[in-house]
Amino acid sequence: MTIAGARIETGLRLGGRHVDLDGISMAWQRDVFRFVSQRTRIVSGAVRSIVWLVVLGLGLRRSFVPIHGLSYEQFLFPGIIAMAVIFSAIQSAISIIWDREFGFLREVLVAPVPRSSIVIGKALGGATTTSSQALIVLCLAPIAGVSLGFVQIVEVVPLIFLTSLAFVSLGIVIAARMHDFEGFGSIQNFVIMPLYLLSGAMFPLARTSSQLRGVVDTDPLSYGVDAIRQTLTGYRVHALWADLLVLLGVTVILMTVAVSLFNREG
Amino acid sequence: MFAFLGPNGAGKTTTIKMLCTLLRPDRGTAQVNGFDVAAQPAEVRASIGIVFQEYTLDDYLTAERNLAYHCMIYHVPRRERRGRVQEALELVGLADRRNDVVRSFSGGMKRRLEVARALLHRPRVLFLDEPTVGLDPQTRRYLWEHLHGLRQHTGVTLFLTTHYIAEAEGADRVAVIDHGRIVAEDTPAGLIGRTGAESLEDAFVELTGGELRPEEASSRERLAGARRGRSRL
Repeated sequence: MTIAGARIETGLRLGGRHVDLDGISMAWQRDVFRFVSQRTRIVSGAVRSIVWLVVLGLGLRRSFVPIHGLSYEQFLFPGIIAMAVIFSAIQSAISIIWDREFGFLREVLVAPVPRSSIVIGKALGGATTTSSQALIVLCLAPIAGVSLGFVQIVEVVPLIFLTSLAFVSLGIVIAARMHDFEGFGSIQNFVIMPLYLLSGAMFPLARTSSQLRGVVDTDPLSYGVDAIRQTLTGYRVHALWADLLVLLGVTVILMTVAVSLFNREG
Repeated sequence: MFAFLGPNGAGKTTTIKMLCTLLRPDRGTAQVNGFDVAAQPAEVRASIGIVFQEYTLDDYLTAERNLAYHCMIYHVPRRERRGRVQEALELVGLADRRNDVVRSFSGGMKRRLEVARALLHRPRVLFLDEPTVGLDPQTRRYLWEHLHGLRQHTGVTLFLTTHYIAEAEGADRVAVIDHGRIVAEDTPAGLIGRTGAESLEDAFVELTGGELRPEEASSRERLAGARRGRSRL
């Protein structure tokens, strides 16, 4: 019999810190496995994207003055991808509340793995499933009249992944603070919808007031939208490196907060 | 086997939480398997197994996958994982249900699976916090046969809290806790003898008084109570 407690250090060291690969891998696998088995979630996500794209496209295409040579559907399409990202990212992170309610979280919290590894694994798992959702939406490009080259697809995937990671991290922070389902519905109203509407996903910022633009600039999703949009259509608000910097910064900050919140959880 | 008895709200679960490093003691120290719960939480965690009062399985995963994930977060060597999962499932008589999702299991089966899971990393102490609550007498008896078998088989120490006094009669030592303090600790026979009672149950009532206790508080309330320092050990 191995002496219990003797084998704690597995994984690798990164910058002097112990990174536990088993913990990361377990949380990632579980998320991906559950995603694959939830067909309704995948289908409903795709249907939501189609409905928004088609209805908004049909409704607004004639009132929309082309910008940068783009029709409304072409302009909107990257925004629909961003919508898939934010809905799916928050939804996947929020599953932590279910884990807490149904007990599984406790099994994880009492295990001898650093909680940071669980949080990182969960974030990577959520970002993986969210990106998969968004890639399904990417297949709708022909409907929106957006033609995609191979290079664009290769470029947009990591951008989608990074945006997903940022918003899964946000979701994990929310889930860490939410200990029951009372506030569950308000996430939709007070987190997802404002972040989405203010991201510039649905309207060109160049034609809005400077006050509104100021608000949009505080919405991290607007940088994800901008990064995805400039890769797919060439129309941009910020330089790509600026978008990347903001998304990375937001992810790092939120992940740090999430880890410290879970470290305090008993 | 060590049994921990106490009326509702006496501090049994709070104590277990502190011993499992889920809750930091406000003061005092405790050692589990020679490791300090405050200073060496990772070592303590790796050396114990826990079956909580509430179920903590992932309902949407198969029995096997629940166990496989446990092996990962308890750092069971990769090559041994498959064998240990198999062995654990056989030990609790669930080998033929390995590919079924836990959702389809009865309460007793879930409990057995949790016991199997808690033993995967070969802990030296297995904490069982009211493991038979809500189970019918048949299932309870069956679970206990398994637990006693395990004890002989693996030599693991059982640390049990329970309301069913009969379950504590097979223990080597029994501690009675009330209002966050241990009021007596002895062998079952010693406790009976000391109080002049006729059974362990009579001895328990003798030690903790006859008045009724408030219903079990929610785990959150208990946690809050512990933070205020109401329960100490």
